Amino acid sequence: MSQTRIIPYLFIAPAVILFLVFTAYPIFSSLLLSFQTFEAGEYSFTGFDNYVTLFHDEIFHKALMNTFIIFIVQVPIMLILALVLSSVLNSGLLRLKGFFRVSFFLPTVTSLVAYSILFSIMLQEEGIINTVIGFLGIEAIPWLSDSFWAKASIILAMTWRWTGYNMVIFLAALQNISNDMYEAASLDGAGKIRQFFSITIPQLKPVILFAGTLSTIGTLQLFDEPFNLTKGGPADSTMTLGLYIYQNGFEFFQFGYASAIAYIVVVLVGILTFIQFKVAGDR
Amino acid sequence: MEAKTSNRIEPNFHKDTKVTRNKKIPQKLGMYSILMIFLIISIFPFYWMFIGATNDSGKMFTNPPTLTPGDQFMKNFQNLNESINIPQVMFNSLFVSLIYVVAALAVCSLAAYAFAKYEFKGRNFIFTAFLLSMMIPYQATLIPLFRMMSELNLLNTYFAVIAPQLCYPFAIFLLRQNFLAFPTELIEAARLDGAGELKIFLQVVAPSMRPALAAASIFLFMTQWNSFMWPLVVLNDASMYTFPVALSSLMGLSYIDYGQVMMGVSIATIPIIIFFLILQKQFISGMLGSAVK
Repeated sequence: MSQTRIIPYLFIAPAVILFLVFTAYPIFSSLLLSFQTFEAGEYSFTGFDNYVTLFHDEIFHKALMNTFIIFIVQVPIMLILALVLSSVLNSGLLRLKGFFRVSFFLPTVTSLVAYSILFSIMLQEEGIINTVIGFLGIEAIPWLSDSFWAKASIILAMTWRWTGYNMVIFLAALQNISNDMYEAASLDGAGKIRQFFSITIPQLKPVILFAGTLSTIGTLQLFDEPFNLTKGGPADSTMTLGLYIYQNGFEFFQFGYASAIAYIVVVLVGILTFIQFKVAGDR
Repeated sequence: MEAKTSNRIEPNFHKDTKVTRNKKIPQKLGMYSILMIFLIISIFPFYWMFIGATNDSGKMFTNPPTLTPGDQFMKNFQNLNESINIPQVMFNSLFVSLIYVVAALAVCSLAAYAFAKYEFKGRNFIFTAFLLSMMIPYQATLIPLFRMMSELNLLNTYFAVIAPQLCYPFAIFLLRQNFLAFPTELIEAARLDGAGELKIFLQVVAPSMRPALAAASIFLFMTQWNSFMWPLVVLNDASMYTFPVALSSLMGLSYIDYGQVMMGVSIATIPIIIFFLILQKQFISGMLGSAVK
């Protein structure tokens, strides 16, 4: 019997050891590092120096702002599109549902680097996207060379990649809403739109919250897209927190400073997730 | 393609009469046009990728656009191969991803099983610690991990790419959910028969958990296959590059040959798409981390 008591510890041992070495230790180590600077060949504690420097660092302000703008614009657009598509697919009037579902999910299967590069080519001044909108009579857009449009490019690309992913999450949740609710509502004279807002949205709230939280964590760490699509430019207009951590850490080798930025991200994820749960958690 | 998934999406209303069906025609037309627009947006970049991979670099920027496949497939492939040594990079990516899947699945499923089916001191504490760590952005661990690998002289090794994410709390969490549903009586019966605990896990529990393990494998595979920031940081020898790192390096050259870049994008994408089309169901639940049953 005493032998079986050891068994579960043996089973979790590999996971726990790996966790301690490669997750727990680095998390604390980078917290310590964020209070240190590299001087005269070694790291020494300099209190909140890194954080004070960050406070005055204009590129950091830009990175924070850009990340925030991308977050506040991209996540709602994507979630709304995903809701619309999943509702249409779930409406029961259509054929070829499986085909549409698979097609919309397809972008999710591409690697982040591959789709970023693909978009960086399509969005060039003479690229296919400008050619197509030219046919519609719209003037060429300086997607990658203008600070506003560069952000729009990232948002566009991310929305292409992730909408299908969220759509499938919503679709699964929609199938769990009982038809009786809709039938009762339509007997009461509620139209489709009314039903969408009074039944579908409230029923999906936990799932929307789930998708929102995932997107929040993802957006705050945004790296692959700005690195490959815009290189953070022009003039840092698509610099994100993730990209700035990378630059400080592995181009300027300011490990302490990079860790301080990373910890700002940790705090932001905490705050934003907390707010989302507060806003949605009134039941 | 459709038959496989149709059992997952049940139409809400089968019982329309002819009259109501006719009324719904404009509504249907509206819905189909929305879907068609999004279909084109979703699919066109893949087609464009293929056009790019089979044409000269300049053909991607012509007006009117080149919309038919060209005959430069081999040339683009050879040029790409000269730039990034395709077999080597492909081997690196596949090797790293497959080893990772096997090792991470072993580590995570054992832990998940223990969390689900054993009572032991510290269980909740450890499990909670794992869950909480999911809220910490990966980038917060990046620099200490890099310093660790650098001090241990492990930069530019497969080990450095694979090791840090072997204990993947999200995978443990999802597998545990599935193991919880496994009937404990069966485990106890096997125990009475004198089977060892590991044997029970491998021969009684694991076989009936195949769908969950398959979904977890796909999830882990895609995580490693797409991983970019960490390999970019620990690999600086081109012969060790994984596919995403090699692909990204193409865009840093002073002269960019878009034909070979598109070839690279295609090679990185098409095998996964085929894999996805064959295993749609497992793939979707794997990519979503089995959030969808």
